Amino acid sequence: MERPAAEPGAQPRANGCSGAAHGALRNGYVRGLPAPDTQIHHIVHNGGLYKKPFNEAFEETPMLVAVLTYVGYGVLTLFGYLRDFLRQWKIEKCQNATEREEQKDFVPLYQDFENFYTRNLYMRIRDSWNRPICSVPGAKVDMMERVSHDYNWTFMYTGRVIKDIINMGSYNYLGFAQNTGACQEAAAKVLSQYGAGVCSTRQEMGNLDKHEELEKLIARFLGVESAMAYGMGFATNSMNIPALVGKGCLILSDELNHASLVLGARLSGATIRIFKHNNMQSLEKLLKDAIVHGQPRTRRPWKKILILVEGIYSMEGSIVRLPEVIALKKKYKSYLYLDEAHSIGALGPSGRGVVEYFGLNPEDVDVMMGTFTKSFGAAGGYIGGKKELIDYLRTYSHSAVYAASLSPPVVEQIITSMKCIMGEDGSTFGKECVQQLAENTRYFRRRLKEMGFIIYGNEDSPVVPLMLYMPAKIGAFGREMLKRNIGVVVVGFPATPIIESRARFCLSAAHTKEILDTALKEISEVGDLLQLKYSRHRLVPLLDRPFDETTYEETED
Amino acid sequence: MAAAVGVGQQWVLVEMVQAFYEAPAYHLILEGILILWIIRLLFSKTYKLQERSDLTPKEKEELIEEWQPEPLVPPVSKDHPALNYNIVSGPPTHKITVNDKECINFASFNFLGLLDNEKVKNAAQASLKKYGVGTCGPRGFYGTFDVHLELEERLAKFMRTEEAIIYSYGFATIASAIPAYSKRGDIVFVDEAACFAIQKGLQASRSNIKLFKHNDMVDLERLLKEQESEDQKNPRKARVTRRFIVVEGLYMNTGDVCPLPELIKLKYKYKVRIFLEESLSFGVLGEHGRGITEHFGINIDDIDLISANMENSLASIGGFCCGRSFVIDHQRLSGQGYCFSASLPPLLAAAAIEALNIMEDNPDIFQTLQGKCKRIHRALQGISGLKLVGESFSPALHLQLEESCGSRENDVKLLKRVVDY
Repeated sequence: MERPAAEPGAQPRANGCSGAAHGALRNGYVRGLPAPDTQIHHIVHNGGLYKKPFNEAFEETPMLVAVLTYVGYGVLTLFGYLRDFLRQWKIEKCQNATEREEQKDFVPLYQDFENFYTRNLYMRIRDSWNRPICSVPGAKVDMMERVSHDYNWTFMYTGRVIKDIINMGSYNYLGFAQNTGACQEAAAKVLSQYGAGVCSTRQEMGNLDKHEELEKLIARFLGVESAMAYGMGFATNSMNIPALVGKGCLILSDELNHASLVLGARLSGATIRIFKHNNMQSLEKLLKDAIVHGQPRTRRPWKKILILVEGIYSMEGSIVRLPEVIALKKKYKSYLYLDEAHSIGALGPSGRGVVEYFGLNPEDVDVMMGTFTKSFGAAGGYIGGKKELIDYLRTYSHSAVYAASLSPPVVEQIITSMKCIMGEDGSTFGKECVQQLAENTRYFRRRLKEMGFIIYGNEDSPVVPLMLYMPAKIGAFGREMLKRNIGVVVVGFPATPIIESRARFCLSAAHTKEILDTALKEISEVGDLLQLKYSRHRLVPLLDRPFDETTYEETED
Repeated sequence: MAAAVGVGQQWVLVEMVQAFYEAPAYHLILEGILILWIIRLLFSKTYKLQERSDLTPKEKEELIEEWQPEPLVPPVSKDHPALNYNIVSGPPTHKITVNDKECINFASFNFLGLLDNEKVKNAAQASLKKYGVGTCGPRGFYGTFDVHLELEERLAKFMRTEEAIIYSYGFATIASAIPAYSKRGDIVFVDEAACFAIQKGLQASRSNIKLFKHNDMVDLERLLKEQESEDQKNPRKARVTRRFIVVEGLYMNTGDVCPLPELIKLKYKYKVRIFLEESLSFGVLGEHGRGITEHFGINIDDIDLISANMENSLASIGGFCCGRSFVIDHQRLSGQGYCFSASLPPLLAAAAIEALNIMEDNPDIFQTLQGKCKRIHRALQGISGLKLVGESFSPALHLQLEESCGSRENDVKLLKRVVDY
């Protein structure tokens, strides 16, 4: 199938939304043309599996920056050793909590070296994390002020509240974190009727009629036969993957999968092999080798192969190449487990997730998992799929037998917000939110790239990682942005590779254009102050890089 | 000048040649072999991992065509007992409507009856009006609310420990706490009747698990002695292997308590740390509901970590761990269920705080509960064919068949008939 080149006069489609007339969206957005020097990568091979351009880019780290980052970490490590030495010889006061006197001759609970990073590097910039807030986590949030007089070892709350901080850190993609409105009223009603807790597991007395209603709604929303809801997203993954695969099965998991998927895979007892992040050639090679060679040493054929991927990877901002994964899955007869924690509600013209974003059939994905924390403003997780799968999970899932079910007001919040997104409550509020998020994403990413920052990930993902690299800039960025009343999330090692620390912005439909403009202005200012504008507009086109044999890797757990 | 330099150079050369002649033969041969090897490596082509088989591409295609995986899930028979859940309409309080039949509720863990308490509901409503429902983030990224901090402080004060940490799901509490401390190579002594969450935590930690018979201190001491003699064989390894005992205050699987005073004695004798799981005993045992440490009158600092879930007595959702700061603070960075999961919705935290308030203000509800438990225990003793398992003051009891019918399926069917009636 021939792919047409992008005509200069074509309107770029944000997130697959066909959109109303020009400028009919909220907040006076005007659709612009892509900047002339951006490269739009058309997937020429693969027979046109992609219906629209898939723009994903990870600019290479500039050499000077990488060297300086290593130097920075080296200096910090040296100072760390020096401080440890001083602490050991009691020259410096040790502010760590210590073991009880009676238990001093027990085997030490922590190895000293394990906590080296925590003691000497993390402690210095600890004030960028665990910031306490005291209002609803919407577009603007109130934060409790805290100060530290001993370099972040202890915090004291001054009692003052910093009001109206622009919130670019909460996972509030569709803006449903509200304390007024239809969702909150419905939840309040259910709370007064049912109470806050459930006090029982799902298989015993914990299955309320609300849960049944919720599950039918989820199945309708996703377009699958049947669904099941659980009390915690993390527990959904870690309790259900062991129910699906066991010894003698193979799990192929992406390099950058979330901790819950990794834990679930480990608890299952299956063999785990890792393929390079979003790299379909690596996945295909692993699949081929697995089927041809069978289990290691015994050469017996594998019982099942399960591919674990996520919809949007929250640290990279990349979207999974779902059409290719599904094509591979069908060719090699394996099963696909898709974790849509960040992509449900955030992608797709009507918010149904990454499957709708690519225009694929939800029945092709064997297990669709997701969470309600991000786009629905509630808590918990779900799994959707064929009826046999859900029936099996109802009987054998550890979570259903041993863990509590969802709390009733939370269930009501999910039901109301899901109906709103689907448009079943009679308004177009949900659809507008989805479109607003898509516009915000495009606008924000484009502006940041124009300013010269290095931004990772896909054009359409509402998770925007901005590269910082150097350890000192992690703390500085967080603090400077807070001074300017913007709350951002910074991440470093070990959540990311050691030199690739970043600031991560999570866009929301609740952000108006004014809020985004203010934020962008401040980000630009801080970027100039800290010299963060590393980009040389030299995007490495992901697909033009030839696959070379050395990218194949095998790790067995 | 140049001649002198030339002579100097020549002099060094002569020395070299002399050294060459004087060197032992094996030395020269070894050096020669090494040089040849280096030359060979330099000029050979870099090899990838050698192909492990000699299959032709066509054979590979055939193998791929032929392979048939198992179905993703095995089929479940239609009349599997767990397939159709009982539907509860309305709140699961003392009177509960199951499958449209009104019953008295002996199945929920609502020990203190706080599930439909008006004050608790009002506190949750107030929190809902202020914060909405969800927290939209993990604790590290703007998911820490002042209610969480308040709840942690209150729990620490109530249990009289230094610090407490909250998880958003009861199951995840102990399942994340154990792997945070116990890693591969460490040793954990755990009771046979430990609950499922503990088992999953142990599996995730990859430590060596040693099971001892339920509540049998003699068996535990035997295992500890064995471990001690092993340690003496390898003292260097023993110095870095951590040891833990994991027990529950009130066992869910059997309904009896663990002999905590003996455990404390064993702890100091063999230098093992104790992790206590108090899901059923928190808010039930003890004069003020502080759990099994108050019941036995033990200093709370003797226990390294107490973990409980708030889904039983506190009628909320979630769990907490409390203990000394030295122990608890570590989980803030290495507890998987804490760092990588969204925090507890504020309305549930507010409900838990209010429930704690009620517990602190009315310490006589614990006496009431224990009185009722004893009454039921006495009343159920005399039923023929059924055996009552559990302590007299335990609110969770097991009714077991006195004699088995022969097969597990028939037993289950018979018990189900008792339940359904």
